[in-house]
Parts: sequence; structure tokens; C-alpha cells
Amino acid sequence: MRRSVSTAVLLVALGFGMAGLGAGTRHFSANAQLKPETTEVKIDNFSFGPGTLTVPVGTTVTWTNRDDIPHTVVSTEGAFKSKVLDTDEKFSFTFSRAGSYPYFCSIHPKMTGKVVVQ
Amino acid sequence: MSEKKKGELLIDHNHDGIDRRGFLKCMAWAGTGALCVMQGGVLKSYSLSRLSDLGAKAAGELSFVQISDSHMGFNKAANPDVVGTLKAAIDKINGLAMPPEFMLHTGDISHLSKPEEFDTVDQILKGASAKDVFFVPGEHDVLGDDGKQYLERYGKNAKGAGWYSFDKKGVHFIGLVNVLNLKAGGLGTLGQEQLEWMKADVKHLKHSTPIVVFAHIPLWSVYPEWGWGTEDSAQALAYLEKFGSVTVLNGHIHQTMQKVEGNVTFHTAASTAFPQPAPGKADSPGPMKVPAEQLKNILGITDVNYVRGQHALAVVDSSLA
Repeated sequence: MRRSVSTAVLLVALGFGMAGLGAGTRHFSANAQLKPETTEVKIDNFSFGPGTLTVPVGTTVTWTNRDDIPHTVVSTEGAFKSKVLDTDEKFSFTFSRAGSYPYFCSIHPKMTGKVVVQ
Repeated sequence: MSEKKKGELLIDHNHDGIDRRGFLKCMAWAGTGALCVMQGGVLKSYSLSRLSDLGAKAAGELSFVQISDSHMGFNKAANPDVVGTLKAAIDKINGLAMPPEFMLHTGDISHLSKPEEFDTVDQILKGASAKDVFFVPGEHDVLGDDGKQYLERYGKNAKGAGWYSFDKKGVHFIGLVNVLNLKAGGLGTLGQEQLEWMKADVKHLKHSTPIVVFAHIPLWSVYPEWGWGTEDSAQALAYLEKFGSVTVLNGHIHQTMQKVEGNVTFHTAASTAFPQPAPGKADSPGPMKVPAEQLKNILGITDVNYVRGQHALAVVDSSLA
């Protein structure tokens, strides 16, 4: 952990120089919590699988549309919204705050799912 | 499908003992093709092979065609050539004995709301003998921009999100939009603004005026588990109770289906692009793969005739084969 933090600071310093220090600080704090985990949700047969996904804070969730029909991934409460995902297209969102995030496909609203962030 | 005799699908509330207001539906696979004649709220369907029996009765003063669900841009296994099948539909229309005066397109013109998809459909439709086309949007036509592009292309004379009405030879047509502002877990939605417009639109019409309502998602509960219905359609239909003849034409479910309830005949059209499974007969309503040689049997067009003075709308489904 300590090592990755200093690597991040070094990269930021290299990339932005002194002028980028403010932006670099925000980058630093977002990455400092946990090494991000990635978790997959598959869209198959007009459903999200798993329907409910529980992840730790900082996890990046990636949805993949495996149907022949386009779908979307839209937070019911406005936390995230994908563009239209055609077959095999993906959408990712990093959950940086704990909470329950219900979502649905805005094209086929019977398709619903939930991400629980702990 | 309740086939009573070979070649004839008869839905006759006066003779089959089924309650007139009860639920009744008929799966009329376009592979066989069906002609539906509605007279005073009773719907009779005949297979296309029996059209000669009907003769002049099938003719009317107003003839139009419904096409639906072109899904231009779709290129998966269920139909890699949606351009070809739409062109076949137009050829079929151009070959009709009684040329239609206009066409209705009940939505999902495009697959992904891309400008080039709409352009391709517009270009193909120019080849039809009927030059006027009246559209309503499907959910695939309003992707990403809440229907802005659709409205610019097809809704210049429409109200709100694209709803409108017009009259042809004494028949009042109402085009509705039920694919926007969909809520999590819900069905198609008309919304209060549109409902109020519709109430005012029909208020001053005579009760004898035949009404044709068209919208993308069915305005009756075909199969809510797959989202095949509209949340607030009961309110819309309540405004039409006073009328003697109401026909509701929808798309969305990529198969033909009919139901009579009181004064209302509900009808869904086949897709020109790809078939979908019968309600509950598959894990999901996704595109149904059928052998290539069968595909054109399950895609199709709907031809509608109105005979003035008889309260009759004859609805003919024909396959592209």
C-alpha cells in the first residue's frame, strides 16, 4: 500500500509537474483507500447476473452486454448512467461510497439489479 | 391459436360461448397469414388462403398498411439482412390488389437510433406505392437522446414527445408515444400530459367515428413479465369507451396477436426484421433464431381496410414469403 501511494505521487509529479499538484492530491486520495477490485456483471437473456452484487468500497464494476439486443445500465437514483450498450459492449463504474445502488435498463425497465457497496 | 376449421380462424363471441367482454386472443402466425374483419365489435379472422371466399367484402373505402419493427442496423444471427426483409415488405405492399393510401410504422424503425439507420429506412420506404408514412417511435428510436432526433425527423407536426392525430375518410387516427420516461421495474408509459391531450382530442368526436389508435408497445397486457404492456393504457382506453369502433395497432412484440374486448380490437403486427418468441415460451424476449428458409414466413406486414357505414376494419396479416 505504502509503495503504491508513493508511486502514484511520483507519477502525478512527473505528469503534471508542480502546476498539477492540486489535481494530483485528489487522485492520490481516491486511490489511497483500497487497491481497486474489478467485478463483472453479465447481461444475458434480458437479465443482470448476479442480480444483486455486494462489493467493498472502491470496487470497479463492469457490465457486459451479451444479448443480441442493446441494453443500458442506469442508476435509479442518478448515481451512474451508461450509454447504450450494443452486443459485447461494456460499461464500468467505480463505487467510492458505501450504500445500496439499485439500477435498471432504461430500454427494458423490467430488467433491474442492485449493487450493495460496503 | 384456436383454429376451428382448416384455413379459418374464427373469433365469434356470439357463437363460441366466450363472454363478450372476456379475454380472448388469437395467435395468428403470419406464416399462415390472416384476414381479420371486424363488424360491430366481432372479429373474424380468415387465413389468406380463403380470401377468395370474401371477395368484395374485403374491399373498403380506406385501405392502409401497418409495418413495424424494422430494426435497421440489426445484423445478428436472427436476421443478418434487415434491409432485404424490409424491401421484401415494401414489394409485398406494392403488390397488394388494393393499393393502400398510406402506411403506419409502429416504431423501432432503427436498432440503435443511428442517423444512417433512419436514413436507410427512409430511402427504402420511398420505394413504396403509398407515399405517406405515419410514424410512432419505438424504444430503439429514442436511445441516448430521449427522442430528440426522432422528433426532429418524424415529429415536426406532432405534440409533446411525438403524439398526434389525423383524419382519413371519416376515420380518426391517434398516434401515441409510450417508450419514454420508463421507470425501473415498469412497463410502457404514456404520461399525464399525453393522456390529457388525448382526452381533449377525442372529446368532440361523434360516437360513431371509427377510431384507430397506434403506438409501439402494446396498449393491452400481452405479457407484463416481459414488459409487454403499458402502465397507464387503461386511462387512454377509458377515453374511448363511448366510441362504437376502436382498433388499437401495436408493434414491439414481433408477432401477430389479436384480442377483442368490448368495443376495442387490439392487434399487434409482425416485425419486418426478426421474430420474437411467444409470451413465456423462452427465457427472454430476445430475437428468435429460425431456419433461414422459414424467416420470411414469420416476418410480415398488416393491411387494413375500412368499409364506411359498416363499422368494419378488415385487418390482413401477410408474411413476406
